[in-house]
Amino acid sequence: MPDRKIVIQKPALTPFNVVAGIIVAVGLIITVIRFTQGLRATTNLSDYNPWGIWIGFDLLVGVALAAGGYVTSAACYIFGLKRFHSAVRPAILTGFLGYALVVLALHYDVGRPWRLPYPFIVQQGTTSLLFEVAACVALYLTVLFIEFTPAALEWLGLKRARSIVAKLTLVLTIFGVVLSTLHQSSLGALFLIAPSKLHPLWYSPYLALYFFVSSIIAGLSMVIFEGSLAHKHFHDKMDAEHLREADGVALGFAKAASWVLAGYFIIKVIGIAQTNAWNYLGSGYGLWFLVEMLGFVLLPCYFYAIGAREKNLKIIRRTAAWTVLGIVVNRFNVGMIAFNYHLPSSERYFPHWMEIGISVFVVTIGILAYKFIVTHMPILYAHPDYDAH
Amino acid sequence: MSISRRRFLGWLSAAGAGTTLGRSAHAAGGTHFTGYPDSLGVLFDATRCIGCRKCEEACNKVNELPAPQKPFSDLAVLEGRRRTDAKTYTVVNRYENVPGAKGPLYRKIQCNHCLEPACASACFVRAFAKNSNGAVTYDESVCVGCRYCMIACPFEIPTYEYDKAFTPRIMKCTFCHPRLLKGQLPGCVEICPAEALTFGKRRNLLKIARERIELFPGRYLDHIYGETEMGGTAWLTISGVPFRELGMREDLGTTPAPELTKGALSVVPVVASMWPVLLTGVYAISQRREKIAREEQAAAVAEAVAKAQAEAKAKHTEAMAKAEKDKKAAIDREVKKALDEAAKAKAQESAAAAAADKKPS
Ligand code: SF4
Ligand code: SF4
Ligand code: SF4
Repeated sequence: MPDRKIVIQKPALTPFNVVAGIIVAVGLIITVIRFTQGLRATTNLSDYNPWGIWIGFDLLVGVALAAGGYVTSAACYIFGLKRFHSAVRPAILTGFLGYALVVLALHYDVGRPWRLPYPFIVQQGTTSLLFEVAACVALYLTVLFIEFTPAALEWLGLKRARSIVAKLTLVLTIFGVVLSTLHQSSLGALFLIAPSKLHPLWYSPYLALYFFVSSIIAGLSMVIFEGSLAHKHFHDKMDAEHLREADGVALGFAKAASWVLAGYFIIKVIGIAQTNAWNYLGSGYGLWFLVEMLGFVLLPCYFYAIGAREKNLKIIRRTAAWTVLGIVVNRFNVGMIAFNYHLPSSERYFPHWMEIGISVFVVTIGILAYKFIVTHMPILYAHPDYDAH
Repeated sequence: MSISRRRFLGWLSAAGAGTTLGRSAHAAGGTHFTGYPDSLGVLFDATRCIGCRKCEEACNKVNELPAPQKPFSDLAVLEGRRRTDAKTYTVVNRYENVPGAKGPLYRKIQCNHCLEPACASACFVRAFAKNSNGAVTYDESVCVGCRYCMIACPFEIPTYEYDKAFTPRIMKCTFCHPRLLKGQLPGCVEICPAEALTFGKRRNLLKIARERIELFPGRYLDHIYGETEMGGTAWLTISGVPFRELGMREDLGTTPAPELTKGALSVVPVVASMWPVLLTGVYAISQRREKIAREEQAAAVAEAVAKAQAEAKAKHTEAMAKAEKDKKAAIDREVKKALDEAAKAKAQESAAAAAADKKPS
């Protein structure tokens, strides 16, 4: 149990703080430009390319990488794998922050962000997969918020409220899994409506399934990846339970990720067979597709298996980072690189530096919020006055 | 199926009480829809178009769009490849050196007013409506600006006012809906000097197109573009050269857009109803497994304790018995020792007495 009173106040001008400060300052300036001058001034979006990295990265990648919350809480509370208990709170926290930032980023992307509630309160476009995504993301953000509150309530010392929320754990977990299944898959299904624009190697009637299965991979890998980062930087905040279980969590998750990656590879091959897209494999896009499939699916599948068998945490952690990168590659491919493949290169999209600036800004806010919460609330350790829930 | 899906999603939404089944939603819904019976359309005959850009000018005027940088009479803009944009609902492009054609060819681009519009199906606030006269119209008062309609449209028609910070809108051809309601022709149709645009009921336009193809088989290809593409469109095109030569995609297929997402949407009620059941089942099993494990553990502990106790007791009695025996043996030993000593003493005594008896003699 770390004594919270002797948290050493770090000097204000560490390199981290300086860089973060600059990013936030630049981000705020771009924010002003975005909301006073519009999208043309800050983005390279066009009539051919209505979606850029604010959708391809902030939404598609953001939601996939925030999947650790539902994957971990399902493993612990539903499948009864109590040995992963100490991993639940950090995963819920990153899930919550991830979704909150996705919603924040969407305010930059849509033309009239103050109308974001319209699909719920004015008119429901229920034939749209985007409606499903919006509804589930909104509800799931709420669920994650409630799931996260025990930590905040313990920090604030509100015992009564905390015990009420703790009783809801199972219901919230199930609801979270339902919502996650729906919107993780719908993000892929968004592209089902545009078969003529997405390259046939990536377009598949199974897009929804692909996005769902790969979100599990993303969730598992993110928990391992974050865990290793947290160990490096917040070791002093971890209690004995966390430290004791951490290696087991990494091993268990690595094994699971290896299996899911193998399954993912198989359904991808089945998809290619189904649409008979083999002949595209010889083209430039085909080569890139093979890089994704072999380099970012089969390779991590193999190394996760090796890492889990030899109990080699170093291999597992590196593989986790690589797999997270693979998820980014996949979402970029579907959302941007293989999208509009038919257009001449002069019409293709490349992000404006201010778009990148906002994406980096949003991620930085996430890291800062994580840092603040982990140093103040019982995330990486159990609060001594409360039982586990 | 679709009812329960709508119900579910309606329930999901905050204002679940409102009706979720509007006209446009119906037109864009999953059911097979072959267009409103007497809906209107326009037939574009690519063999007649002379590329004068008069339709562009008329469209600009009737829709009160901002004036273009170069005047409409400037035909030099035909050099480049243009598309619709936020200030232009329709453009005419020129195609040179098309095999089989004597001179340059032209094609007019605008919204095709699909029978089952992808844009309407994709919009999550139902900003688009497929009107019974055939026009696909857009309501800017609800649009959030997500631009998913632009992703969805297979003809790359909708455009966005990226320049505006506060009131950006989707911009696209309206089929001159307000004019149609007043009984007027669409601006572009009205002005066309070459009769390349024919306005009428879609049903009749298909007949006219077929007649022309039959009458002049050398002049036309035997295909009406838009009859079946993406489930059919209100605006149709006939041409003397393959449509791809005019920059039109021939790989769109005949599946209407809502059909493409039907499967994914139908999964919603299944997941929403089955997942909780399955997961609760899994939870129950894992709880039971845990309970059994706990019980077994408790039983094992109890058994171990009992065994240990029994053993301890046995040991105790044994020890007691042994102690008893030892004690008895000790007593025996002591008694024997005492007796021995006594006997010894007695013997000594008698020996001494005997010695004493012998001495005086
Ligand atoms: S052409 Fe595009 S914008 Fe026009 S109705 Fe069809 S999908 Fe909608
Ligand atoms: S941009 Fe507007 S009209 Fe287009 S899908 Fe989004 S909300 Fe609907
Ligand atoms: S129908 Fe009207 S809005 Fe559409 S292209 Fe013609 S003039 Fe323009």
